[in-house]
Amino acid sequence: MPLLAFLLAFMVLPIGGMLRLAISNGELGSAMPATTEALRAWDGQGVPPEAVVAGFAAELRAAREARALGPVAQRLNNAHPGDRSLVQGAARRLPDEPDGDWRATLAGIDEAWGEPRIWRSLQAASAPWTDLYLLQALDLERDADGDIASVRDDRAIYRSILGRTFLISLVVTLACLAIGYPLAYKLASLPPRIANPLTILVLLPFWTSLLVRSAAWIVVLQREGPINEALLALGIVDEPVQLVFNRIGVYIAMTHVLLPFMVLPLLSVMRSIPPSHMRAALSLGATPLEAFVRVYLPQTRAGIGAGCLLVFILAIGYYITPALVGGAADQMISYFVAFFTIQTVNWGMAAALGSILLAATLVLYLIYARLVGIDRLRLG
Amino acid sequence: MAVPTYAGPLERTWYYAFRFICALIFFFLIAPILVVVPLSFNAEPYFTFTREMLTFDPDGYSLRWYRDFWTSDSWMSSIRNSFLIATGATVVATVLGTLAALGLSRSHMPFRATIMGILISPMIVPLIISAAGMFFFYSRIGLAQTYLGIILAHAALGTPFVVITVTATLSGFDYSLTRAAANLGADPTTTFFKVTMPLILPGVISGALFAFITSLDEVVIVLFLASVEQRTIPREMWSGIREAISPTILAVATILITISVLLLVSLEFLRRRNERLRGIRE
Repeated sequence: MPLLAFLLAFMVLPIGGMLRLAISNGELGSAMPATTEALRAWDGQGVPPEAVVAGFAAELRAAREARALGPVAQRLNNAHPGDRSLVQGAARRLPDEPDGDWRATLAGIDEAWGEPRIWRSLQAASAPWTDLYLLQALDLERDADGDIASVRDDRAIYRSILGRTFLISLVVTLACLAIGYPLAYKLASLPPRIANPLTILVLLPFWTSLLVRSAAWIVVLQREGPINEALLALGIVDEPVQLVFNRIGVYIAMTHVLLPFMVLPLLSVMRSIPPSHMRAALSLGATPLEAFVRVYLPQTRAGIGAGCLLVFILAIGYYITPALVGGAADQMISYFVAFFTIQTVNWGMAAALGSILLAATLVLYLIYARLVGIDRLRLG
Repeated sequence: MAVPTYAGPLERTWYYAFRFICALIFFFLIAPILVVVPLSFNAEPYFTFTREMLTFDPDGYSLRWYRDFWTSDSWMSSIRNSFLIATGATVVATVLGTLAALGLSRSHMPFRATIMGILISPMIVPLIISAAGMFFFYSRIGLAQTYLGIILAHAALGTPFVVITVTATLSGFDYSLTRAAANLGADPTTTFFKVTMPLILPGVISGALFAFITSLDEVVIVLFLASVEQRTIPREMWSGIREAISPTILAVATILITISVLLLVSLEFLRRRNERLRGIRE
């Protein structure tokens, strides 16, 4: 199976590697092996003994000379913002010989070195694996006693990002259902001669480049765009409405992008329902609404489930459309994965957020596979 | 389905109201395309319909944004990159995907469901995760910022489409044909190219088209893996939209829309041919 080997090498392995990054903790170990050993054995009370601190000072200088200090400073900064300058500053101002003992010397450079907190951070960084990033991604941290606790409210951001991602996905899914259901119903009830060209019309956006559609929505929804001009001309509003670079724009553009994924499964289910069922219900005395709710709707449940799951799965991982059409407050998890990967180089955090997203997707996918079966995954 | 003659006024109203709702939805679906295409011929550097355009004055229209596009070095190099990467990725994805589908269609394949799950995982896993994972991994093995790296990444994304379409074609495949070929003295290679291949060709081609368009439209992986040298059309559009949006983008968008219409029509044609060959009538 060459494809299996290929995918394992270029798809599964990279993702596995990313998951490992979410808990990997090797920075300190590779730059300061002796200190790492010593800190693992330390009991974590107060400031470590002089021998450990002296070893740390020696390795700090060596790491600075070998230009290997960057990752360590980054790692400490990830856990406790501000530690980067603390470590870099200490390395820069470290004297060749201690002024008395190393503990006092370091504390003389910055008081923080005289306090247990930084040493405990170093000890945490010396463990082979860490739950730091995964906890951070859920706005949790380990407090001074090593117990898991919520972070202070002013630093808690990730839970609201997760919540926002789910909210946007949910709204988009419901909007797709509300729009896609009548559309699929109409397509299913039309004769093939008319329905086929119309189905192509549904598929056309599906085949148009994502960027083209995002750009198009920016143009359509902008302050001077056709929608605002039409609204102004009709006298519905007095001044242009802000429709893009905010939540409304994200909802509209994402619904448009994902609608085909809702319509196609619905359509395949609805085409299999004989129209005689509805006619039978009507002739037996049901009102049209009753007939629809009690006869038609239950038969389309499988299609609704498949479409909603598919749209939701795709929506929670979306990056391009919200990044282009949304404002700063509308970005979803994906945006932050990209942000931590490319901009702040906090790979552990990127990987942790990615793992959460991946876990959510896989759970939904398993439900989908159970409900619909992966063999039924069709493309138009 | 027209309104039955016995329908009451309420049903009649509902029927037409429903029709209107559906028309609105269709409008919503194609509206952006309807707006982009005419605006790309705008003579002014604006994104709105000018008075001249609305009165169909020829002066209001021009091809200047297409000329802009055609004479820009960065756009031209992005076209080359896009087609190079998409072609490479399509070849890899089609060959591997077809082989995998052939293997999977044998009923005695062990762990069939698991393998299928892995094979189509690139379609399910959020792109950003694949992209970030590949970024970390490819940087380590030196494939980041190379054409090969992007081609391999796009091929991985394209394979599920090939697997799915070819598997669908194979579901109606009559295996007695290959046995007959073998019986008549053809070796397995000859059988494959003379008997199997022509029959599954529509599936292979539509899978290849899917893979091609996936690669052509993909931007997240390119964002992570490509350097300035490997910028593709979507990557160029991405920076165009983020930095300074100029009507040139609309011209590019119109060209891309035309390409996708052509691809869609050819896919539909292939599907019909396939159904006709297999004797399925609508």
